[in-house]
Formats: sequence, structure tokens, C-alpha cells
Amino acid sequence: MSTDLRKQMRELLDPLQGHKVILIPALQAVQEKFGYLPEAAMEEIGRVAGVSPNVVYGVASFYAQFRTTPVGKKHVTVCQGTACHVRGAARILEAIERALDIKAGETTPDLGYSLETVACIGACALAPTLRVNEDTHGKLTTNDIEKLFSKIARQEETSDS
Amino acid sequence: MEAKLNGEYTILVCQGTGCVSSKSDRITQALENHIKQSGLSKNVHVKLTGCHGFCQQGPIVIVEPEGIFYTQVKEEDVAEIVQSHIVDRKYVERLFYHNPVTDEVIPLYKDIPFYSRQHRLILRNCGHINPEQIDDYLATGGYAALKKAISEMEHTQIIEEINRSGLRGRGGAGFPTGKKWDEAHKAKEQPKYVVCNADEGDPGAFMDRSVLEADPHSVIEGMAIAGYAIGTSEGYIYVRAEYPLAVKRLRIAIAQAKERKLLGKNIMGSGFNFDIEIMQGAGAFVCGEGSALMYSIEGKRGMPRVRPPRSVAAGLWGKPTSLNNVKTYASVPLIINRGADWYRSIGTEGSKGTAVFALTGKIANSGLIEVPMGATLREVVFDIGGGVQEGKKFKAVQTGGPSGGCLPESALDLTIDFESLTKAGSMMGSGGMVVMDTDTCMVDLARFFLNFCCNESCGKCVPCREGLPLMIDIMHKITRGEGDLHDIDHLLDLGETVTKSALCGLGTTAPNPVLSSIRYFRDEWEAHVIDKKCPALVCKALINFYVLPDKCAGCGICLRACPVEAISGGKRLVHVIDQEKCIKCATCLEKCPERFSAIAKVTGEQIAVPKEPVPIGTP
Repeated sequence: MSTDLRKQMRELLDPLQGHKVILIPALQAVQEKFGYLPEAAMEEIGRVAGVSPNVVYGVASFYAQFRTTPVGKKHVTVCQGTACHVRGAARILEAIERALDIKAGETTPDLGYSLETVACIGACALAPTLRVNEDTHGKLTTNDIEKLFSKIARQEETSDS
Repeated sequence: MEAKLNGEYTILVCQGTGCVSSKSDRITQALENHIKQSGLSKNVHVKLTGCHGFCQQGPIVIVEPEGIFYTQVKEEDVAEIVQSHIVDRKYVERLFYHNPVTDEVIPLYKDIPFYSRQHRLILRNCGHINPEQIDDYLATGGYAALKKAISEMEHTQIIEEINRSGLRGRGGAGFPTGKKWDEAHKAKEQPKYVVCNADEGDPGAFMDRSVLEADPHSVIEGMAIAGYAIGTSEGYIYVRAEYPLAVKRLRIAIAQAKERKLLGKNIMGSGFNFDIEIMQGAGAFVCGEGSALMYSIEGKRGMPRVRPPRSVAAGLWGKPTSLNNVKTYASVPLIINRGADWYRSIGTEGSKGTAVFALTGKIANSGLIEVPMGATLREVVFDIGGGVQEGKKFKAVQTGGPSGGCLPESALDLTIDFESLTKAGSMMGSGGMVVMDTDTCMVDLARFFLNFCCNESCGKCVPCREGLPLMIDIMHKITRGEGDLHDIDHLLDLGETVTKSALCGLGTTAPNPVLSSIRYFRDEWEAHVIDKKCPALVCKALINFYVLPDKCAGCGICLRACPVEAISGGKRLVHVIDQEKCIKCATCLEKCPERFSAIAKVTGEQIAVPKEPVPIGTP
């Protein structure tokens, strides 16, 4: 592990020392920092929590929140909850898969976008909904999807230039 | 309309997750700026609140003292609200609530049927107080129950009061809360734990989240009372990491309560210590099950274990643990303050108090509602919910989340309580209530729920791990039009086996949506297997799209929009959909201008159309 990563890890894990509960909060802290769980970080967590790396991996792979691969710059989460389902969430997802040319669970090769589905984001009154990073968009139709992503692409271009 | 002359105004802006999604945080900011610029800061106060429950109409802004209810407010409307309502004393009528059912325009919060027919106990403070200010909660009489419990009551007296109130667990199972506390109190081992289950994983449910976001102190107070009653100083709240706002407000509330000596060491000088730690769940539905939740707090994989021992005997770290839902804890201060007799007077014989539901789906008024136990489903769906959206026809209501059941119109007069819903093949659950209209396919919906439970199965026991995928395979076969009548019997058989033999609540209830759907909507299942039709026009393999030759204007919009180039045509030519290429995405149907309405969606029939594009008007 690089000294830089070790230093970052220490900053993340030190506040948890002495707590009764370490493993899951540590995984959450690392994922929040890096966007995913690098292998070296999981080994370090195991050392701090006093368990073997495969126990750490076993826990990480059990919970839907954790990923072991990086996400895109724009992370798109499409709600597939019940309220969204009866209001057409499946077709919204298909439209996004077409617009971004990736399937749910994948990341575009340029790491620009990643796409995942979630069971419910809890904004059911706005169904069907999706989230792009922290921004929630609701009451969507398939017609909105193309517009939404071309707007995001334009914003990206302006912020890049 | 003229407003009364009144010096002081408070503008309440909803900052629940629903309204924040519609940018209500920017409204608060804009209001504060405008009021400052207009020199009104002395007399006009802006207050953020938690969820009002009427998320459909969000962002919601209420102006006190009149109680004017503004709906779907945008940042651009702020200037007008300040100038017109506050300065010129003329209400902004265009932002009033418009009842979609009766076409009425209603200016006052208290007159809106969505609210006036509710009985809000658990949601008593939601939308009225600032959840980030403990003084707001104290001003409503908050923490008086904790004070009363600690200074005037014995442990056993508190438990007896909760017992007598008839309070049952609001997480869904309905276990008597007093009995659970009593067993935890009597357990000899130390330390003991009080745990709050806020792992609200049901898709389509946001009751617990709203309570935590809007009134976190009510839950903290309830937990502290529970801690005192069973004799422990350690509490945990297990809350979904997907609820960042709830976590933030809980943190603020716990810190403020500690500052005021309402939590922590030596609470109110009584010598009683109680502290709460927040543990964020990591996205596993099965962790809503008690033993799995506790393993998850311990940092393990959240896999349920065989019971007994129950968690009151051996729970968190193997110690006696009292686990209750958010809404159960929020009910406790009310019962201590107002007494068990008062609480008993609300509800039915077996189910006391109120029930909170997240009312969603194809309903006119989506949102969070609370009714006394014993209200009927019809009252909730039609009187409060305003019935089905856009004049469509009601088909079913689903309660109990993915493990609940779908009830048809004939069940609408059922009373809402733990027993009657279970008897009808559904369940109370934590409080999701999803309304379906005739555009929802009951086979597809049952498959959706089963798929959810199957994905969330931890894989420990065979019936759930192997049984659910087998059921899904059969349902795939049926929705593809390849099923027969035996498949329905086979599903019933498998479903019963899983129900009887799975290890935990997730498995034993997972077949419910399928079993109840077949029980109440057998016609629709038979249409899929016998006629190979999907009456709701949902199952892709059983539907087809056609361009109607007598209506097509040859405009080319559908042709350009089709993502798979399945449509051929040209200027002034009748367009044709290649049925082999068509992926049934319905883009053509949505894009075809309404004045033409040339796309037909059908099931079980073929429409005679030309094979190749032909000039418009060709007979």
C-alpha cells in the first residue's frame, strides 16, 4: 500500500478506534471517500477491525451499498420501487440504457457515467424517479430522459471549457 | 381576498426528502434573502420543517398565522409570496391547492380533505416544527413524558401502562410492545440494549424516514423511556444509509438532547444514563428482520438465525434486546403523557391507536397519511387519497410491502387492523400502500415483488434460496405466454411450501403477493395461460404495436424516434412496424402526435396492416 493511501486510511479509520462497531462504518467511510472499495483498503480495514481480509470481503459483498469497482463521474441511480414500477420505471430504465449505451450495473468506458438500479429512494410521490449524483429528478417520462441527459452533457461541456 | 392585519408571520417550508427533491432548499434560501432585502426580518420568520406528508403537491409552503397552504412552489414564486401575501396582504391564489377530484380550490391547510380526514398522532409534529431545533420540540411538550417516567414512575409502572395501552409493534408483526419490554426488563443478563429498527427497506414506503426527518426527538424520547423501563443505558438506531437526511437530523437531535441533559449521563439529574448510537444499514432488505439486523450492527453479514431464543433473551451481542420500530417509539411519549386509557379509546378491539401509511402508486393524492385503526381501505384510498389518478378505474391496493398482498375492489370495505388484513391474505406491514389501476398487470406485479424478495434473500435456507427462483421461472414462462393451467397450480404449491418452511419472515411471506394475486385475480392469470393475452397490456411478449393505416399521416416522427429502426415509411406513406424487430418500448405510441393517435397497442389480436409502406389513402 502506498504511503499516501495509508495516510488517508488512517484519517478515515482513526475516529472509529475503540468503538464496539467498526467493520461496516469503516467500509462506509472508505467508500464515501473513494467512491468504491479498493482491495488494499479492505485489507487495511481488516487489520484495524482485527479480522481477516476475506471476512471483510464477505461482509462487503453481502450488502448492496458496497462496490468493488469505481463509479462514473455522473452516477445514475434509477429507482425500481413499487410506486415507480407501477408508473413505468422499467421503461425509464430501458430509455436510460439506450441513452447511455450501458446496462444497469455498468460504467461507460470513459468513466463518465455509471448506472445502477435501487430498490427505493423513498421519493415515491414523485414516481418514477432517478438520481444523478445527489440530484433527484421525478415525475419522469421516457421523453424526458433524452432531454435530461443532453442537458447534463451540455453542462459538463461548459464546466470543462 | 384580503388578509387580516397582523404583525408577525411565520413561513414554513417543507424540507422533507420529497420536497428537497423538488428544490425546496432553494426556496428557503430565496425566502430568507427576499425578506432580508425587503427589511422584513423582524416580523417575518422562515422556518424549515420536516415532511407534511402531501409530497405530491410539493414543495409545500405554509404561511402562518392564517394557515395558507401553497403548493408546488417554485423559486420564482418567492418574490410574489413576499410582496403580495406579506406586504400587500393579498394571497397568491394561483398557488392554492386545487382538488383534482372536485375541482375545488382550497386556501387553508386545515380544510384540505387529505388532512382533515386524518388522525395524526405519530405524525403529530411532522411539518409543524423545525426538526433541527430542540426548542421547537420542547415547546410542543416534548420530553415531558421522559421527565414523568423518570421522576414519577417505577419501571414496572411504565411497562404496565404500555401494556394496558394495547400498543403493538408498528414494524408490521404487531407484537405487543408492553410484553416485549416486560420480558426484556425481567431478563437477568447485563448489559441490555434498546434498538430502534429504522431499516425501512420496503420499496414504496417512507413512513419511518419522514418521522425521523420531521420529528427525530419523538423517537429519541421514546427510546429513552424504553431504556429506563427495561433498565439499560445503551441504545442503537439502525437506519438505512440511503436516508442521509434522516441520519443528519438524528445526529443533530442527539447532540442537542445531550446538551440539554435529556440524553447522556445523569439525565435531568436523576442518575439515569442513556445514550444512543446511530448505525447505518448498508442496503440489505433482510436486515429488517430482527436477528439479521442485530448481526448487521455487530458488523457481520445480516443473515437471520433460527428462533428461539428470541432477541429479548439473546439479541445484540447475545444480550437481552428490545427491538422496536420508529413509529412504535414515537407513540410511547404520547401514551405516557396522556395515559393508556386515552390511547385505548382509539382504534379497534385488537388493534389500538393509529396506523401510518405511505400512499403511492396510481393515486390522486400521494403522500404520508395516518388514520385510526379500524378505518376502511376505501376511506384511505378514496376519501383521503382522492381515488385513482386521471379518471382511471381502481383495480387493486397492495399493503404490507413486497411480502404483503394485493386486495381487489371487493376488499375495500375491510377495516384496517392487524388481523383483518392478514385474514384477507395481505398484512399490515410497516405501512406501504400502493394503489393500482387497470393499467397494472397483476401477474407482472406479483413477479416484480417476488423478484425483489428473491434478490434480497440471504441464501441461508433452501426454501427461500431455491423456491423463490423456481417460482420466478414459472412466472416468466407465464408472462411470455408459454404457461398452462398446471403452472398456476404449481405456483400455489411451491408458494405454500416456502411459506411453511422458510427460516425467517422474509421467506415465509415472500409468496404472499403471488398467492393473493392468484386468489383475487385468477381471471387475469388464466387470460395469460389460456388466451395468451395480457389484459392490462403490460407483458411484452403478449402485446403488439401497429400503425393504423387510416390514421397515419406519414409525418415520420415515430420512424425517427424508434430506437431499433423497426419502423419503415416515408413522406406521405403509411408507416409500418416490423414486428420481428419491435422491442415493444412504446416510444412510437408516446411520440405519435395526439391529433393522429395512429399507434395501436393490442394483446392477443393481429391488426391487418400493409406489409410495406404504401401511400396514404391506399384502400
